[in-house]
Amino acid sequence: MKPTDTANPDYFHKVVDCQWACPAHTPVPAYIRLIAQGRYSDAYMLNRESNVFPGVLGRVCDRPCEPACRRTRVEEDPVAICRLKRVAADHRDDITDRLPKKPKTTNGKKIALIGAGPASFTVANDLAPMGYECTIFEKFGKPGGLMRSNIPAFRLPESVLMEEIGYILDMGVDLKLNTPVESMSWLYEQGYDAIFVGTGAPKGKDLNLDGRAETSNIHIGIDWLESVAFDHTDKIGENVIIIGVGNTAMDCCRTSLRLGAKNVKVMARKPRAFFKASPWELEDAEEEDVNILINHSPKSFVHENGKLTGMVFENIEYDIDDNGKIVGQEVVGETLIPCDDVILAIGQDNAFPWIERDAGIEFDKWDVPVVDKTTFESTRKGVFFGGDAAFGPLNIIWAVEHGHQAAISIHKHCQGTDLMDRTPDEITLESTKMGMNEWRYSNAYDSSERREMEHVDMVKRFQKLDTEVELGFTAEQFATEVQRCLNCDVHTVFEPKLCEECDACIDICPVECLAIVPHAETEAELRADLTVSEKVEGQDLYVSGDLPLTGRIMIKDENVCLHCGLCAERCPTSAWDMAEGILEIHHADEQEPAHAEAAE
Amino acid sequence: MSSFIKPKIRRKNEPVNDLGLIRSDYDGAMSTLCAGCGHDSVTAAMGRAFFELSIEPHRAVKVSGIGCSSKTTSYFLKEAHGNNTVHGRMPSVATGAFAANADLTYIGVSGDGDSLSIGVGQLIHAMRRNVNMLYVLENNGVYGLTKGQFSAAADIGSTAKKGAVNQLPPIDPVALAMSVGASFVARGFSGDREQLVPLIKAGLMHKGFGLIDVISPCVSFNDHKGSTKSYEHTYKYYHKSVHADYVPPSKEIKAAYDDGKTMDVELHDGGTIRLRKTDKDYDPTNREHAMKRIMASGGSDEVLTGLLFIDEQQPDLHQRKNMEDRPLNEIPYAELNPGAAALKELQKGFR
Ligand SMILES: Cc1ncc(C[n+]2csc(CCOP(=O)(O)OP(=O)(O)O)c2C)c(N)n1
Ligand code: SF4
Ligand SMILES: [Mg+2]
Repeated sequence: MKPTDTANPDYFHKVVDCQWACPAHTPVPAYIRLIAQGRYSDAYMLNRESNVFPGVLGRVCDRPCEPACRRTRVEEDPVAICRLKRVAADHRDDITDRLPKKPKTTNGKKIALIGAGPASFTVANDLAPMGYECTIFEKFGKPGGLMRSNIPAFRLPESVLMEEIGYILDMGVDLKLNTPVESMSWLYEQGYDAIFVGTGAPKGKDLNLDGRAETSNIHIGIDWLESVAFDHTDKIGENVIIIGVGNTAMDCCRTSLRLGAKNVKVMARKPRAFFKASPWELEDAEEEDVNILINHSPKSFVHENGKLTGMVFENIEYDIDDNGKIVGQEVVGETLIPCDDVILAIGQDNAFPWIERDAGIEFDKWDVPVVDKTTFESTRKGVFFGGDAAFGPLNIIWAVEHGHQAAISIHKHCQGTDLMDRTPDEITLESTKMGMNEWRYSNAYDSSERREMEHVDMVKRFQKLDTEVELGFTAEQFATEVQRCLNCDVHTVFEPKLCEECDACIDICPVECLAIVPHAETEAELRADLTVSEKVEGQDLYVSGDLPLTGRIMIKDENVCLHCGLCAERCPTSAWDMAEGILEIHHADEQEPAHAEAAE
Repeated sequence: MSSFIKPKIRRKNEPVNDLGLIRSDYDGAMSTLCAGCGHDSVTAAMGRAFFELSIEPHRAVKVSGIGCSSKTTSYFLKEAHGNNTVHGRMPSVATGAFAANADLTYIGVSGDGDSLSIGVGQLIHAMRRNVNMLYVLENNGVYGLTKGQFSAAADIGSTAKKGAVNQLPPIDPVALAMSVGASFVARGFSGDREQLVPLIKAGLMHKGFGLIDVISPCVSFNDHKGSTKSYEHTYKYYHKSVHADYVPPSKEIKAAYDDGKTMDVELHDGGTIRLRKTDKDYDPTNREHAMKRIMASGGSDEVLTGLLFIDEQQPDLHQRKNMEDRPLNEIPYAELNPGAAALKELQKGFR
């Protein structure tokens, strides 16, 4: 096999599982180290570069980073990455003077952004400081999009949201509230150089079963949450049924409890292993005594004189094979569950009634716009989509990343350069060696378990709708939690020329992820020499160049390495080094000028 | 030394042995040797061999003398019995321990200084007696612990780190062992675990004295140009002659002698040592033949390795001296100490 090309920035990036899994590629271990040093503002700013809303995301991010965390390979629980992000936000000083200022002059280019949610704000965040005149159109009287309307205030306080939105507005962004865009064709005529659609996926799915039309106490989850967020709804019946077990369902059931419901049942069609909600959101709901019933498939709504009295469900039994797949199902009975209200939380679609179908934007057979996965441009030049509006419902952190990418495209569009000519990521490696067995990161393995988040007590939390439930980590808690991070971005960098094949690294490695082996044709043959040789999907095998004394090669299974640095400590010739990898991702302001332009 | 102790981690799919133990259950204290010392690799190989043989750590005895090599008994099998003896006196302590309890697995770890200078007499007599133990001689050509003086294993003409040239002829532990009747004689290299781990396993399962001379470079004092015990020199002149795999009794053995390269030696426990030979004509069961080959290689740069000689028929110390089979600690006190009258009776016979 050929030696691994570690110069490809993706190689080491992939080793940092959390950063690789984060859509916006937040440099997680780096900000955790800053927290460990008490540099909260620096940690916040580093977060902000990638994810723009650290305070918001430190509470309500979907956390794709956590299941990816390397820690789960030696322990049950990942590092509490999301909570540590909140620590950075909670403990930061006033950072306003570190943010980009409103530029003195603009570049004359006008950008229209539709929908004041995370995607549009990210575009504005990237473009406004560069001189672009950004105007955001918002149909509601307050900004935030789904961060406001769909995430209840007991999970995300309004002040946190407004502060981070405020940072962007202060860069000179014009926010037009109560200004729905009702026609795309109209917008074309307003003289904008580019248009960005960040309107989310605002249409909740309905459930047309018997009795649906006969009663008014059936609510669509996201619409209902929205009316609560905007104070149009402030109560609900005592007995509430939620249909669906996604994160929206969890927000609906917990909100119901705060609006007077006494008895809330969440109805799931399938067993627990198939739930869509994040495990922590399920946990938080169950802590509040929400009752989740599995294997109940909705059949009809029951009503008397136009008043909802209950719902009938079919009881389903499933055949599940060894791989956990459903291979068969059978209806084994029916149950009537009485209730006063039903909330439907079974998914949402994006809807664009305001885009004329002859506006030059192609829609596919599902009636969603055709959007390029790299540039986020629609089939009409200069019109871009991002966030849930682009590819259907994802989450906030994806919306942020779409915003960054769309901003790059908008910039290139306005400069008249090729949208595909995007500056690739770069990685720089800096040795962390400070002396004999001394590194500038805390390399010793700390076996502490994940810290538990404290919650507001059960009585107090239901008294006001906007009492934040999570209290944030205490100083003691986060001091421990930061040490759980394995510093995956401090890479084991190997220089074959220096190796004298003494095997010291192999012997000391606590997870036996190294071996010196003869050349072989395939990865499987090389792996056979490792004590745990199975390949884990997505995890690479490092293959070195030839070792000088025997012509053999060093291999390393990236999957289990703990980045403890013992290989480098035991290496007599410093063939192994622990080097911090700093990934440079180029947002709109860091795009290299196109070659043609540079030549002029 | 490292800045922190190697953590004990249990991976998903961690391999376990027949006792349900994992490899790190056979580790010891953290090594304090120089980074890159060959001895650490030998330690790892010994730990792995005990792990793979599923020997209960508390049924093993580790004995050693003085030197960096002798320190390493601390670094594996922390639950085993052990004794760091006076310089060069490990063989007699081992002999005594073995006499008292022949049921345990004995491993001696020593260096070329400890074994070939101050302790050479002890070593020779343990070999003659065929004490049932494996003796691992970690050979780096110097006294590492006392900062690199030539040992009796240093080759003529090899130089010390500061340039002094060795003038005295070396003692080759392998040739020495052959000449005094040792029943298992091998050479290995700390850099070749593929060969060393099976050799250690075979040596532990062999009944009688096993010697493995392991070339184990001293990175601090004998790893320079001019040294004949450096990594570079050893890798360059390394020759694998006879590979030995221990096959436990339960495993079926398919014999394939016809190629002249494979040979089986049956052991007392019913297991087998399967020999795979690079040199087709070499017969490691023939002492005279083996000695010739060893002597021929002695004059050259060649580092001849593998299981060079094995004689499974030789009675060990216990058999030869018709000694008590039961461990002394299992014999009732009255039997062990029959009293003054019995002693008097015995003494009468000497008058
Ligand atoms: C009676 C006695 N004499 C001398 C010494 C000094 N001394 C300590 S270790 C050693 C030689 C060790 O050489 P070796 O066995 O090759 O071990 P290495 O350190 O090379 O592994 C000597 C001479 C001693 N400790 N005790
Ligand atoms: S001095 Fe030599 S023998 Fe002793 S620990 Fe260091 S490298 Fe090993
Ligand atoms: Mg020595």
